Amino acid sequence: MTTLTKTEDAPAPTGPEGFLSVRDLKVRFSTEDGIVKAVDGLSFDVERGRTLGIVGESGSGKSVTNLTVLGLHSPRTTTIEGEILLDGKELVTATERELERLRGNKMAMIFQDPLTALSPYYTVGRQLSEPYMKHRGASKKEAKDRAIQMLEKVGIPQPKVRFDDYPHQFSGGMRQRAMIAMALMCDPELLIADEPTTALDVTVQAQILDLLKDLQQEFGSAIVFITHDLGVISSMADDLLVMYAGRAVERGSVKEVLRSPKHPYTWGLLSSMPRLDGDINQALDPIPGSPPSLLNPPSGCPFHPRCAFKDQVAGDLCSQERPTLAAGRAAACHLTAEQKQTIFIDKIQPRLR
Amino acid sequence: MSDNLTLPTQQGSTDTPSPEPLLKVEGLTKHFPIHGGFPIKRKVGAVQAVDGVDLTVGVGESVGLVGESGCGKSTTGRLITRLLEPTAGRITYSGQDITHASRRRLAPVRSEIQMIFQDPYSSLNPRQTVGTIIKSPMEINGIEPTGGRETRVRELLELVGLSPEHYNRFPHEFSGGQRQRIGVARALALQPKLIVADEPVSALDVSIQAQVVNLLQKVQRELGIAFLFIAHDLAVVRHFSQRVAVMYLGKIVEVGDRESIYNGPRHPYTHALLSAVPEVEIEGETPARERIRLYGDVPSPINPPSGCRFRTRCWKAQDKCATEEPPLVQLSGNRPGHLTACHFPEDPTTERRDEDVILDPALRALESDAEGGPAGKK
Amino acid sequence: MLQFILRRLVGAVVTLFLIGAATFFLFVAAPSDYASLACGRDCSPARLESIREALGLNLPVAQQFWDFMSGIVVGRDFPDGHCAAPCLGQSFYSGDFVWDTIMDRFPLTLSLTAGAILVFLTIGIGAGMLAAYRRGSTVDKLATGASMVLSSFQIYFLGPIVLMIFVYSTGWVESPKYVPFTESPFGWLAGLWIPMVVMATIFTAQYTRMARASMIEQLAEEHVRTARAKGMGKKYVFFRYAWRGSLIPIVTVLGIDISALLGGGVVTELTFSLQGIGRLAVDGAVNKDLPLTMGVMLFGAFFILLLNILVDIVYAWIDPRVRLS
Repeated sequence: MTTLTKTEDAPAPTGPEGFLSVRDLKVRFSTEDGIVKAVDGLSFDVERGRTLGIVGESGSGKSVTNLTVLGLHSPRTTTIEGEILLDGKELVTATERELERLRGNKMAMIFQDPLTALSPYYTVGRQLSEPYMKHRGASKKEAKDRAIQMLEKVGIPQPKVRFDDYPHQFSGGMRQRAMIAMALMCDPELLIADEPTTALDVTVQAQILDLLKDLQQEFGSAIVFITHDLGVISSMADDLLVMYAGRAVERGSVKEVLRSPKHPYTWGLLSSMPRLDGDINQALDPIPGSPPSLLNPPSGCPFHPRCAFKDQVAGDLCSQERPTLAAGRAAACHLTAEQKQTIFIDKIQPRLR
Repeated sequence: MSDNLTLPTQQGSTDTPSPEPLLKVEGLTKHFPIHGGFPIKRKVGAVQAVDGVDLTVGVGESVGLVGESGCGKSTTGRLITRLLEPTAGRITYSGQDITHASRRRLAPVRSEIQMIFQDPYSSLNPRQTVGTIIKSPMEINGIEPTGGRETRVRELLELVGLSPEHYNRFPHEFSGGQRQRIGVARALALQPKLIVADEPVSALDVSIQAQVVNLLQKVQRELGIAFLFIAHDLAVVRHFSQRVAVMYLGKIVEVGDRESIYNGPRHPYTHALLSAVPEVEIEGETPARERIRLYGDVPSPINPPSGCRFRTRCWKAQDKCATEEPPLVQLSGNRPGHLTACHFPEDPTTERRDEDVILDPALRALESDAEGGPAGKK
Repeated sequence: MLQFILRRLVGAVVTLFLIGAATFFLFVAAPSDYASLACGRDCSPARLESIREALGLNLPVAQQFWDFMSGIVVGRDFPDGHCAAPCLGQSFYSGDFVWDTIMDRFPLTLSLTAGAILVFLTIGIGAGMLAAYRRGSTVDKLATGASMVLSSFQIYFLGPIVLMIFVYSTGWVESPKYVPFTESPFGWLAGLWIPMVVMATIFTAQYTRMARASMIEQLAEEHVRTARAKGMGKKYVFFRYAWRGSLIPIVTVLGIDISALLGGGVVTELTFSLQGIGRLAVDGAVNKDLPLTMGVMLFGAFFILLLNILVDIVYAWIDPRVRLS
């Protein structure tokens, strides 16, 4: 059972509500070494037909968040606080049976490595048919027709033959296409893609990304797209959430965030990435240090030990007080708006050319 | 930081490749046999991992080797460091043929060619201290630097951005980026002239990648060490390498100076590869790039296509491509040293075309639905 | 698949031949004097010579080897009569043909093995899976604890305790004995249930732990998570997705255990004073009865090879990657 500790009795969503709405989500794992604060006070919204990109490094909490949305966390070791609303339905308190009815139906997920994410023991066709039979009450024949139709849609050649093949008989890219077809079997309104192209080659990645975009146009689902790659995000997402150490540090539309980022961490990510058209004589500007341990995250702003601009904030504010992330276009940082503007224009932007 | 180091700086400027390359590889081939059959097991085929690769690396030069999985770039690296035995071809190091050199004859060369591996977690022995890990190449090769090995290790630790106090710690106490620094320090211990770096940053987080790239760049420039930089990330390779070779299914399809490969590629595969790189596009700032979407994955190297190996995924392929293998040559209009293996090369530009090249039937279907005709279901 | 089985069978025959050859040369051709062992303690040179003759020891080694190997395939003539195939020779001690002796004892060993396996597979795997399914619950803690304690017991410890309680002190049941199943199924069970239960208890404990560990590992697999992400129920995922993969390590160990048990559980048979294959092996060794020892060895090797092939076939059935490669 999910241990639930609710701070308020009545759900009090603030701001405009999306199709998927996450409010002040906190996810904690108990491990042998102590409590891992994997997600710490995260809020975001996704609307139908739009794509939210969540970008962050390993341990930023981006994958955990989305496993929690689907209720796929291990209930034995996980504590969850906050609210997850899917089309108005609260998921944190939902029973396992209710979640099962939603998973693969109203919300579906695409995983990173299609080789391990598909069962080696059953044919691709059977794995595709299962959710359709369960959620739609379809017969085996109907499910098979639907699966073949979906396999064709995602570009699997000879779908009728491939239906009876096992995943290991598919190539890497084709496996991920099959995975996408499986997620789309029941026309989900929310699609969560967790690093769906990280395990793929670059030319295959380009195919899969375009495929997802085109499919979204047709199906109109809301997509949450998780990645560590800002390049992938810039071509995929409408809105962007930058995560660091289990918290959201910056939010906005993709264009706004990439054109004029406001958080030192986002600046760091952008200036540590080499670009195909960048100046080769310009050295990369890495973020010093390493991401913090979530067993014992830094006090105040979690980024402050690696931040180059914390001296510009008066006092010990950065190490003492956690900056809040306002609604809408915002960054969780103690620097003033003018300071951010000046630093970005003077120091960061020239590097990005 | 490096001025207290005893590494001799190699001469030879980086701009003009010296007449005698440090490393020369000709017709390098590696076929892994496949055994099978009944009742008696026999060789039934071969994975043609590397098939006739020509490559040179000048003194102090950094050469990038890019390609997708299965193209043979890692195998090439392992052949050059002689971790694998070549099936055919010649490897010449400083004018000396080391293709099949015995252990004994290889010993002096081996210390000059070092390798950095991809996975900083599995390439360091977890039971040894950092000091022992970095020291052992010196012990094996019987090298006693002035001031002793331990002093030298501490210098190296400092050079790669770690603290000399880390000498007695174990690898598990370090983060991925720090471990990769330990790997770099180990490679530097023998004062190599050539480092083969096999995907040295691809296992690291974005913010850490840049740290390691900068470190390698510093090592390359300040110590004059030549690099063969093997990676799948085209932007990182561009940043690091003066010359770049593009591999596909065991062959080099295009090689040239950085500018030519990234701004004036001729081989369709290089075009496709560059076009596929996901870039942070800030509207109005970058000129639109061409859009090429191939279909499917790289074919199996067990049974590669005849003629040009890329022809099965190429939009320009004709009958000639299946029968005749295109030689790796300098095409008219290309700079010297920019070689392309293609019968029907593309224009040397990566700008947006009038019509995108889309070979993926699913994408074509979805996009024509979206544009004209009645849209899908919704 | 057929080709795969065929290949394995050919391989097994070749291996058996090699084992036969190895045993032969170890015992017969090695310097230890085969004939004087057969002759016994008070042995006259004349008798020794006649034994040499009877055993064919004065023939060239190649001829002896041929006789031994062909005896296994087509049978062989001894002065005492014809030894039908598969002839493993004649015991020095009893003068019986080895194969007949083995066949005489085998039903007991087979009964013990079959009975114990039936119990420990159903209870062991069942308990292990239940513990994994309810990981962290009281059931899990109970199963884990009990199996930990029981698997550290040994037959020669648990056996005598059970015998003491049920047989010697109370006299509730008779001492274990073998009654052929065909003669009286009830008598068969009544005679053997104590050793079966003792054996099964220890194996059950081991299989519970193994099944639980294997299942927990499978439940953490990504494809199992995908099945859950599709909305498939917990039970469905457990029995369709996780279960299959968890069988692989169990089948591997089971194959080894069965072949070891059929080759003769020495400790069990000694503990309960039963006359099975294990006891036969001990007798052979104690009496320096070389033909008997060799026969039992070959017999055991046969089961090891057979079970190996069966295990491979089961692998192929479980995992299509094995089947289709």
